[in-house]
Amino acid sequence: METVKQLSLFLENKPGHVYSICKALGDAGINIYTLTLADTAQFGILRLIVEDAESSKALLEKEGFIVNIADVLAVRIDNQPGRLAQVAEILNKEGINVEYVYAFANRHIFLYRVDNTEKAYQKLISNGFCVLSSHELFNTNK
Amino acid sequence: MKLENKIWDKAECLSRDEIENIQVQRLRATVKQVMNVPFYAKKFKEIGIGPEDIKSVADVRHLPFTTKTDMRNNYPLGLLAVPKEKVLRFHGSSGTTGKPTFVAYTKNDLEMWSDLVARFLYAGGARPGNTAQISFGYGLFTGGFGLHYGLEKIGSSIIPAASGNTRRQFTLLQDLQPELLVCTPTYALRLIEYMEEEKIPRESLNLKVAFLGSEPWTEDMRLYIEDKLQVNTCNNYGLSEVLGPGISGECVYHTGMHIQEDYFLVECLDPETLEPVPDGQLGELVITALNKEAMPMIRYRTRDLAYLISDTDCPCGRTTKRMSRIKGRSDDMLIIRGVNVFPSQVEEALLQCKDVTPNFLIVLDRPGSLDRSVVKVEMAPAFFSDKMSEMQMLKNRLEETIRSYTGIHFEVDLVQPQSIERFTGKAARVIDNRPKEK
Repeated sequence: METVKQLSLFLENKPGHVYSICKALGDAGINIYTLTLADTAQFGILRLIVEDAESSKALLEKEGFIVNIADVLAVRIDNQPGRLAQVAEILNKEGINVEYVYAFANRHIFLYRVDNTEKAYQKLISNGFCVLSSHELFNTNK
Repeated sequence: MKLENKIWDKAECLSRDEIENIQVQRLRATVKQVMNVPFYAKKFKEIGIGPEDIKSVADVRHLPFTTKTDMRNNYPLGLLAVPKEKVLRFHGSSGTTGKPTFVAYTKNDLEMWSDLVARFLYAGGARPGNTAQISFGYGLFTGGFGLHYGLEKIGSSIIPAASGNTRRQFTLLQDLQPELLVCTPTYALRLIEYMEEEKIPRESLNLKVAFLGSEPWTEDMRLYIEDKLQVNTCNNYGLSEVLGPGISGECVYHTGMHIQEDYFLVECLDPETLEPVPDGQLGELVITALNKEAMPMIRYRTRDLAYLISDTDCPCGRTTKRMSRIKGRSDDMLIIRGVNVFPSQVEEALLQCKDVTPNFLIVLDRPGSLDRSVVKVEMAPAFFSDKMSEMQMLKNRLEETIRSYTGIHFEVDLVQPQSIERFTGKAARVIDNRPKEK
């Protein structure tokens, strides 16, 4: 199964936190491929895709952040009407719940966090969708 | 309204000698009576003291203290001095470990209790024929039933509105036109807020007196409430461990709360040395109940800080010693919306949720009229999930667990690790930004 490691960080809703995270990674020469921020009135969860998840996690923990690593599916979806619906339909039919989804800018790659990663992966590839490995994701970008 | 000054019971106007004479006799009888409670019998035996050693009021100082911990150690009914069949009512105080502590009353106790409540209500202007709205919670809490039976004793009619539902409170206040209101001071503030929001004209109400109690409040709050509600306010004091409301209360002159000295021996002690402090000086109130049957109480350490007043006479004619408002606590107990809460309860609740004790901070303020209670909880790796739904569930679970431990709603605010200041030694777990007595 091909998955991509995603970092999640807990953020208190206070100015400066996103900056200090990006700065810490930038200073260490770590490239952020994409990120998404989910927030409530009190707190937020920042999700990041970086090349070396483990060492980035260690770095950010040293900075005092709480960091999780989760497996997400990087699915290449053509820029055509109905294709996203098709993915949604496959997952729905299998009773797989999408926790959240976000995209890679310009690349038609969508990141899916689901409750059954293995099953979703099998169903998507058997329906002809290209689910990328970390290697494919990061190297085609360069 | 010109409030008449009348006295309910001549026991409120005895000479010092007469009061002390009653106190010594009743104290001696109480010591004799509690000899059949193993907890007291053991303690008295250790010290080697008995009823015959009580010769003056000052001899109370030879008796051992009773604490909240003693009550918990004797949970549920270890301090009962009568067979359970003689108990006519149970009440309880909000639990500090999820469990309440129970108190019990015989028929005579209930009679005495309603009489003592009637004394301070009468002193504050309640009269037969008045209508009273009780906006206190009914239930294990002593406030609702305590005031209820006191008002009934006087012959006032009662609207048992209970707490909450502010809109309905105003329907009752407007349609039944009560002269008397019973609630917590912060609920009086909430009523004022609602009245202003809804533009309810003061003329549509008939309130004359508000009997406010069950939580500490300030002189500033009194001025505000009296101005906005156009009522006279009377403070009263009590705690369930000793009786409930009725230990002391203000008369119309606001010179301090008259202590019902024929039923309670109130000492004011330095909480560190446990030596008496002179009248006028702040100390911890230690109270002995002098004529209770079901659950007598010897030298209960209330942890409430106040001072005693004896240097001036009150124009009302009562000769009893008076006590100031409660100025604070000698322990870390908080009173939030009338409910007693210890920071340790919040800690236990958080511990219940995960195997780690997170760092936390309680922040209290009063943005409008009601207390707002927030617990800042530092995020820990064991708590964190990248799924928002799980994070919301965590927040809800924390809030529900804290409610089950404390009895009140705390809003949980999840914060960055290490963002709560660390203290060496005893952690300061509370920031109380609510207005305080100057």
